[in-house]
Amino acid sequence: MIALIGLITLTLVAVAAIATVMATNLFVASMWFGIFSLLMASNFFILDAADVALTEAAVGAGVSTVLFMGALALTGEKEAIRAKVSWFPMAVLGVLALALFVATFQQPMLGDPMAPVHQHVAPWYLEQTPNLINIPNVVTAILASFRGYDTLGEVIVIFTAGIGVLSVLSFKPKHRQTISSEALAAKVRGVQHHSILRVVGKLVIPLLMLFALVVQFHGKYTPGGGFSAGALFAAAVMLYGILEGADRSAKAMPEKVMLRLAAFGATLYTSVGLVCMLLGGAFLDYNVLWPDPVVGQYFGILLVEFGVGLTVTTVLVMIFNAFANRPTY
Amino acid sequence: MMDMIVDGLSWLLLAGGGFFVLVGGVGVMRMPDLYTRIHAASVTETLGTMLILVGLMLHSGWDLSTFKLLAILVFLLFTGPVSSYALGNTALLGGLKPELDAQASSKEGSSS
Repeated sequence: MIALIGLITLTLVAVAAIATVMATNLFVASMWFGIFSLLMASNFFILDAADVALTEAAVGAGVSTVLFMGALALTGEKEAIRAKVSWFPMAVLGVLALALFVATFQQPMLGDPMAPVHQHVAPWYLEQTPNLINIPNVVTAILASFRGYDTLGEVIVIFTAGIGVLSVLSFKPKHRQTISSEALAAKVRGVQHHSILRVVGKLVIPLLMLFALVVQFHGKYTPGGGFSAGALFAAAVMLYGILEGADRSAKAMPEKVMLRLAAFGATLYTSVGLVCMLLGGAFLDYNVLWPDPVVGQYFGILLVEFGVGLTVTTVLVMIFNAFANRPTY
Repeated sequence: MMDMIVDGLSWLLLAGGGFFVLVGGVGVMRMPDLYTRIHAASVTETLGTMLILVGLMLHSGWDLSTFKLLAILVFLLFTGPVSSYALGNTALLGGLKPELDAQASSKEGSSS
């Protein structure tokens, strides 16, 4: 039964992917992309990867669709059509697709216990998590403790991406500014009369933030963690920005504070590692944080996940505000 | 006896929900323009899902999952109609005219 549902959702994923590529209207394409992400999230859930599904649904279907909308507001809706077909990239893609297609036959079957992924380090993680860290969610244990270096790298990548987007978008030509973002938002507020949307949105926003907090701080017991919580929190802020105007969301979450908090999140992660070193352990070896190593792991993971959540939230909010508040030229 | 009644009721609600989801799907396919399609789709997301969720609640018995389903139900009850409203309102503001009988016949009359 579950295999049948998986087959249906995978087929729909393929349909959505083809529709995304075929759509010439970029607005339609980004909508299809959101549907694609939602279907992927349900696919991940069928494969029992609830953490990934949560993040995919929040980031892929929620945040990135909003960011696409923001980008489309700055550019045009229509795709530039090129009549000439370039054969070289087509040939490369065809060969690559063929190779991937052939490679799928070499893949182990789904759930095969002899598959390399189940033979390498995964059994050790599953066996040792109750002894060493003692939290039910093994994914969080792997993410924050066993593979803490990788996660630190991811946080730094997100931070760098945020700085990169900001430095591109904060480029301002001196002339030709027609209307500032505040004036535009005030104008839009004057026209729209979305009382229903605003009332219901204000009901949803606190619930979304509450859910983000659960995902953040309950991530050791149930699916979740800093990345998905950060995306959910940022989605709540984006919802506020969409309903009330982006100038107000920028005022509520000023860029100066956000930038510092993003840096603080990454620094918190690194400094937990440094404190571990000062206390005589290795970098990000939480065992030394507390006399009882299991409690030390607990606090280490809590602090590190908080740093991750803070950085992800603030970077996404910054990117949204930068896109939505860019003045029109 | 009580179990059987609850079980039967739950299956009845689930089948009813499935029926309304199907009706909504057929409606989205068959209706002539956006507004009537929204009307058909909103049958799916309110009546269909509500009946299915209540059926599942009866099915699960009295435990934590009942409250989770109730939370989903309340959430959908708030957001579903509002998203339909937002879609319809945006289409109207965007200048899409509803397909009306009078308009359709006058257009045919003018073109022929």
